[in-house]
Amino acid sequence: MAAVSTCGPGPGNRGSEAVAVDRSSATSFQRRGPRAGGTDGSGLRLVSIAGTRPSVRNGQLLVSTGLPALDQLLGGGLAVGTVLLIEEDKYNVYSPLLFKSFLAEGVVNGHTLLVASAKEHPADTVQELPAPLLDDSYKKEFDEDGCNDKTPDSHMKMKIAWRYQLLPKMEQVGPVLSSRFGHYYDVSKKIPQELLQTAKWHGFFLPDNMPSPLALEPGHLTHGYTMLLEFIKKVISEEGVDGSNPQKKQRNILRIGIQSLGSPLWGDNSCCAESGDSGHSLTKFLYVLRGLVRTSLSACVVTVPAHLIQSKAITARVTNLSDTVVGLESFAGSERETNPFYKDYHGLMHIRQIPRLNNLICDESDVKDLAFKLKRKLFTIESYRLRVPRSKLRNPGPHCTMGADGYRLHLPPDLSDAASRWCAQDPARATPPLGPGCSGLARGEKHLDF
Amino acid sequence: MFPELNHLLNTTPDKAEQGKLTLLCDAKTDGSFLVHHFLSFYLKANCKVCFVALVQSFSHYGIVGQKLGVSLTAARERGQLVFLEALKTSVDIFFQPPVEPHPLQFLREASAGNLQPLFEFVREALKPEDGGEAKWRHPVLLVDDLSVLLSLGVGAVAVLDFIHYCRATVCTELKGNVVALVHDSGDSEDEENDLLLSGLSHQSHLILRAEGLATGFCRDVHGQVRGGGCSLRWQGSGMQAPVKTWRIPLAPL
Repeated sequence: MAAVSTCGPGPGNRGSEAVAVDRSSATSFQRRGPRAGGTDGSGLRLVSIAGTRPSVRNGQLLVSTGLPALDQLLGGGLAVGTVLLIEEDKYNVYSPLLFKSFLAEGVVNGHTLLVASAKEHPADTVQELPAPLLDDSYKKEFDEDGCNDKTPDSHMKMKIAWRYQLLPKMEQVGPVLSSRFGHYYDVSKKIPQELLQTAKWHGFFLPDNMPSPLALEPGHLTHGYTMLLEFIKKVISEEGVDGSNPQKKQRNILRIGIQSLGSPLWGDNSCCAESGDSGHSLTKFLYVLRGLVRTSLSACVVTVPAHLIQSKAITARVTNLSDTVVGLESFAGSERETNPFYKDYHGLMHIRQIPRLNNLICDESDVKDLAFKLKRKLFTIESYRLRVPRSKLRNPGPHCTMGADGYRLHLPPDLSDAASRWCAQDPARATPPLGPGCSGLARGEKHLDF
Repeated sequence: MFPELNHLLNTTPDKAEQGKLTLLCDAKTDGSFLVHHFLSFYLKANCKVCFVALVQSFSHYGIVGQKLGVSLTAARERGQLVFLEALKTSVDIFFQPPVEPHPLQFLREASAGNLQPLFEFVREALKPEDGGEAKWRHPVLLVDDLSVLLSLGVGAVAVLDFIHYCRATVCTELKGNVVALVHDSGDSEDEENDLLLSGLSHQSHLILRAEGLATGFCRDVHGQVRGGGCSLRWQGSGMQAPVKTWRIPLAPL
């Protein structure tokens, strides 16, 4: 009944004709406390699935999100059996990059994909996945970016606050160039056809699944959501990722990507709902989706147009119902686009929630102020450093160095709150509201102003 | 079980109080460590526990429980623990109608009127075994968490009714305890949640509230816990404020 598109030959053919792609070697390790299906923590099992690795903290099975910087922020990667929610940026320019990187990572590792969308046909999405960068060529990309950035002052050593020169751009959790686990993607190029042919994917396109005439489900969820859940359940049992088929020796991960969930395109009026009372479609869908994902070897990425949702109650409930929540806030169209503070970046990234899996605390990164940028080919996330124009700074402190275009403020992550006081000196300019920390992770009431 | 929390609440597994409703709430942080604490506390106190786990899987609680010194698998096998793993059973319930009344039946309804089947499940799980001596001490009901029921289409009044029925049965009739976690939405204008929280705060004997620090993120101290309720009021002199605040770091286990 549903228009299912499957592509590619069986699993046996996977990888043999791949063109110079550094495929992760299957690591065999002992996984403590298996989360997906099966027994619960009663003994160790040897699991070796391509493209996964255990978490250093609690042995959780992790997959890469397709963006190594995001992997590090999430404590090594996305845990199998969890749902990552991405709050889309306003014009939906950058969140598709994250979404497609996640799917491309699945193609490169040989995982099965499930792509669901109400706007763009999954076949088109799969064709437009970014091409992976080979091991040596991405280093060249980083160097090129570094060259463009180079101004005379970058060679100057800091005289007073010399320790801060040694701070890395991003906090490193694991080995830096672990290309075996996460890959870098060139967003200006499409994925090579040879790779796509070996990939196995299932697509769900909403307009192909609408009944005619449009009839409202008498029960709980909108029709689109019900069909999507049934489709996901069917694919999970077909692929055997829920452990139901013990004969299937070759276990694999299913990567589920759902685009623009909660938007009116899915027939859901959660965006227009005034309060939390009406429209439980989205929250019920997320709950059952999380149940499906928990009991199988899958990892799910959902993008939600959070800027469309009017009711804060629904946003809070959606956040509570997901495991990891990440928000993108782009500067396009806002006054921050021309703000010199944000010259290098295209937007801010907020990590709103990180799950506590099999543990009492979570892997939160110490870096709280994150920004992303899209250079010619690469999409990267960094902790951002403020650049204060010379005219605005009357008394530079020990944290500043003199540069050609003004002082550069280097802050260790803990003092980020102090920066908001610097910026408050000039109320005419929009000051960057620095995140008071992400939740999961305790948040404060408001900025202290002393 | 956290010995510091036991010390602050002035309880030990041997002399746990009976007939109490404890409300756990968290604001801007994750209060699930309190649930893990009470789960291991009551299992160590040799009580019969019915755990309605709506948000996480059994293995998650099992692994944390092992770190806190109890084995959930063993407890379940010997009948001390009745565990309702909602994430797993919700998938079955959602896709095909159940043959007999199922505790999670409200998932199939557009907006559920009441949580009667869930209450029947709890009552069945905690009823004292007739014939023979009682193996366990008083029964305990643990719910993690109640706010998610609002997201699933159950009204705040229905949830309050459910807790009322549970309290009448478990606390008064069976002389047991009820512990429930509710998220405090703070400024997110969730009226249903506020209604639920204020209704439960009124009924509870002890309220433990986990909050983030007012000063924001701190690496070492994860938050603070405030306790209030009549069981704390008579500690020390009568002039003491009934609300105490403790700052706690959660050590990585």
